[in-house]
Amino acid sequence: MTEQFDPKIIAFACNWCSYAGADLAGVSRLQYPPSIRLIRLMCSGMLAPSYILKAFEKGADAVLVTG
Amino acid sequence: MIDNKIGAVLTLGGGIGGVQASLDLADAGFRVYLVEEKPCIGGVMAQLDKTFPTNDCSACIFSPKLQTLAQNPNIEILAYSKLEGIEGEPGNFRVTVRQKARFVDPAKCTSCGTCAQKCPTKVPNEYNFGHDVRKAIYKDYAQGIPSVFTIDTEHCRVFQGKKCGVCQKVCPAGAVDYKQEDKIVEIEVGAVILTPGYEPFPVARISEYGYGRMPNVVTNLEMERILSASGPFEGEVKRPSDGQHPRKIAWIQCVGSRDPRKGMPHCSSVCCMASIKEAIIAREHDSHIEPTIFFMDIRAYGKDFDKYYERAKSQSGVRFIRSMVSRVVEDPLTRNLDITFLDQDNRLLTETFDLVVLAAGIKPTDSTLDVAKMLKVDLDANHFCETGTFDPVQTSRPGIYVAGAFQAPKDIPQTVMEASAAAGVAVRMLADQRNTLTVKKELPAEKDFTAQDPRIGVFVCRCGINIASTVNVPEVVERVKDLPGVAYAGENLFTCSQDAQTAIKKLIEDYSLNRIIVASCTPRTHLPLFQETAREAGLNKYLVEMANIREHCSWVHMQEKEKATDKAVDLIRMALARSRILESVQDQQLPMVEAALVIGGGVAGMGSALNLADQGFPVHLIEATERLGGNAWRLHRTIKGEEIHAFLKQLIGKVTSHAKIQVHFKAKIEDVQGFIGNFKTTISENGSTPLEVEHGVVVVATGASEWKPDLYGYGTDPRIRTQLEMNEAMAAGNPDVLKAGTTVFIQCVGSRCQERPWCSKVCCNHAVQDAIALKEADPAAQVYVLYRDIRTFGLNEPYYEKARRLGVLFVRYEPEAPPAVDVSQKIVVTVKDLTLAETLTIQADSLVLAAAIVPDEYNKELARMYKISTNEDGYFLEAHMKLRPVDFATDGVFLAGLAHYPKPLDETIAQAEAAGSHAAAVLARGYVEAPGMVSVVDEDLCRGCGRCVDVCPFHAPELKEIAPGVFKSTVNPALCKGCGACGVACPTGAAAVRHFKDDQIGEMIDAAMA
Repeated sequence: MTEQFDPKIIAFACNWCSYAGADLAGVSRLQYPPSIRLIRLMCSGMLAPSYILKAFEKGADAVLVTG
Repeated sequence: MIDNKIGAVLTLGGGIGGVQASLDLADAGFRVYLVEEKPCIGGVMAQLDKTFPTNDCSACIFSPKLQTLAQNPNIEILAYSKLEGIEGEPGNFRVTVRQKARFVDPAKCTSCGTCAQKCPTKVPNEYNFGHDVRKAIYKDYAQGIPSVFTIDTEHCRVFQGKKCGVCQKVCPAGAVDYKQEDKIVEIEVGAVILTPGYEPFPVARISEYGYGRMPNVVTNLEMERILSASGPFEGEVKRPSDGQHPRKIAWIQCVGSRDPRKGMPHCSSVCCMASIKEAIIAREHDSHIEPTIFFMDIRAYGKDFDKYYERAKSQSGVRFIRSMVSRVVEDPLTRNLDITFLDQDNRLLTETFDLVVLAAGIKPTDSTLDVAKMLKVDLDANHFCETGTFDPVQTSRPGIYVAGAFQAPKDIPQTVMEASAAAGVAVRMLADQRNTLTVKKELPAEKDFTAQDPRIGVFVCRCGINIASTVNVPEVVERVKDLPGVAYAGENLFTCSQDAQTAIKKLIEDYSLNRIIVASCTPRTHLPLFQETAREAGLNKYLVEMANIREHCSWVHMQEKEKATDKAVDLIRMALARSRILESVQDQQLPMVEAALVIGGGVAGMGSALNLADQGFPVHLIEATERLGGNAWRLHRTIKGEEIHAFLKQLIGKVTSHAKIQVHFKAKIEDVQGFIGNFKTTISENGSTPLEVEHGVVVVATGASEWKPDLYGYGTDPRIRTQLEMNEAMAAGNPDVLKAGTTVFIQCVGSRCQERPWCSKVCCNHAVQDAIALKEADPAAQVYVLYRDIRTFGLNEPYYEKARRLGVLFVRYEPEAPPAVDVSQKIVVTVKDLTLAETLTIQADSLVLAAAIVPDEYNKELARMYKISTNEDGYFLEAHMKLRPVDFATDGVFLAGLAHYPKPLDETIAQAEAAGSHAAAVLARGYVEAPGMVSVVDEDLCRGCGRCVDVCPFHAPELKEIAPGVFKSTVNPALCKGCGACGVACPTGAAAVRHFKDDQIGEMIDAAMA
């Protein structure tokens, strides 16, 4: 492999905790790679297993479930 | 009390204090007139770059409040105005206000800015302290409210008798009117709240620091503007003389504070934290900067302040030097600045700095003093507004209240608390006039877009440079404007500003938009604002979507600009995918139980209960012991000499005799059910049969207690007492303490250490108060105070000075070398005196330990029951540390007193009033606004298996038999939190949360991976 592996990551975040945590990372200017895409849910309880499968099916290298 | 009371209140001063008081009053059903002297409201907070200790962007947290205020039909803003007269009595005042001529008609001005573009006259911009220029027709700042330009007649050519008139010619709205005259407005109000704020001490008077002569000596407010993205250097840290990037920056503390010779004997309270913050932020902007702070005592006495200070030292590379700087000397060639100071080893050193920031003291403005005179409101010895400890927001004139920096120097959360308290006291007096002068906001009917194809407007925010310095905003607009469904795409400097809202509404109209996307910051703070704007344009609020390209993009990918731009486009594409299939959702109004539960019968709980009860709401006050009063019984006098027990007895009398308050003694909470508007709390009294209380709101005022030290020989000898024990002994006239020949106070006993990393805030003031009392009783008494930093903040500083004048000896120690105590015939205290660099041995007869204030263990259980949070120290965590100090993030639950953080009595009383009035405002509304974003079950798909009932933690779904043997699930919207667990458990896809349906998330996944 000549190119550096840059994984595509889908993250699901709960509005009340981990989404707020991602906001705090922003406010604190913590730097992280830009290849992550975050989807806000009102609760990680609404995350159906099918969303994870769908993300992999569409080519995600990793799925991060936070809540 | 008079019977022709008026349901309106005037607030004077449009900073954060006036804004908060106005919002609270309007929320409680009163008409508000907000009078501001400057052309725009916003005050000092609007000029700040960031706020401590969270480093929140000041404009970002304040803008939504200004916005809500501007959109409230019950608040009239009278900016560029001053109070000229007042007549009448509490409940019915007649106030005369002069509205100065702006020479621009506010009804016509669209704030387009063409006038300022073409105006030929450049004037130093006072908003940025002269570090850039504005025109003679101007607005203080771009997002200023009201959004109107003003002519500065001192500089405008027309008013100087010269030929010009350009602005009138170019104004497309015909708003410029050189003949406009001042307008006199007569207003009838029931009460007046003074929130005029402060101005910095004119530091040029302290000539040895060279301010005004040396361009690279600036004040701390100037530094805020220098750091601000909307400031003169657009957030790049430059020094005024040559625009170079300064490497070494010095902050000098207490410039015009703690200095009786300058007429400023008080401590300005906020400067230590403000300077630490500026030092941290400056380094964040430019990592080459080496900040140094010269100080006397670091006064990090507020919630999470000490941790911030410790982090500044250990992680942010801020150097702290405890030394007063005697002068600043400029090199005339380089304009660099030499500072001479004493280092920790008492060596005289000189160091060169590129920029020097003076922490200018806080004082009331001259115009405030004039207004106070006109209103016949008394001032105290320091020229702040005179108030008493037990009535912290009451001025000397009944019906006129005060909050914020005019009462004493203070920070934003304390100002907000007092503003809410002042509003609360005014509302209490005028409670029967609620809703008599208010109007309901008229909203246009919601348009029905069901059959239409999506026409989406995308608004991409630059957020000053917060987004635009990393993300290429014009490129983002270009790349999204032709995506499917997009009917409009454009950019804004600040999408949250007032003028942007007007623009968005117009664009919704012009482009027939049926959905909008705002690509800016986090929906957690800004979605409600854009929803309101959309709603005003006839859009259902659920047709608004946000893409968070700041917190989740520009701020976290600062070094990868191209990838950040790509990501911003992706985030908008994801939002678009969702937006195309969003549907309108209707919110609901749920019933409200108009009663309150107050937990804790100390001063805080009683204060909140009385506010609620005086407004006519029944209150259940529950107290764990058999007596009301809490910690205050152990206090004797305030530092000003007021009798605490007399106050307490009066307060208890009011509470126990109030028809609306039911006190439950020896009470314990057994169980809590429900939510805002409909709580059911089960309590037992002294082990009795549990009683279920229904209530709409809760105030948590459970207090805190004094730590029992395991240090300095405490518990081994009766002559060693904690501060509260000392207080009791002094009140009882105990000769062991009053006639002790030598008394030693040790400060920070169990505070500011690893286990308890907070400052207990009250102990320095208590020690100073007791030391003065001992010295006054017997001038021959030897009194020592061993301390780390003396934190007699605000107007308590003169007492510290008095103590020193009386001969109390203050000896500083470092936490690494704490005092040692050896108990024998005398109590032998040894400590290394850092000033003399010698070890001091004191033969004491009485030792007083300033033991930490510690939160109650019970807080955690209470937090679980009411679904609220505590911070890592165990104190309750408010909804927002700066702007929502008495609210919890959980609706309907409020906070007051020591359960929030250690604080003195006046602050507790103010916070209690504020919490009570916020709780009362919720009850006064009469209903709970429930979001429509809840779960619904499609009856046709439901097969009645009951899995949703099993998984729901809130007991919202219920199986109902609709026909013999046929069960269907229905969800109670009042209980549903919209978590969606039922939808995941449902095997047929019958249950789904509105606004978060499977396809509305699935489309985002597709778009993210496309």
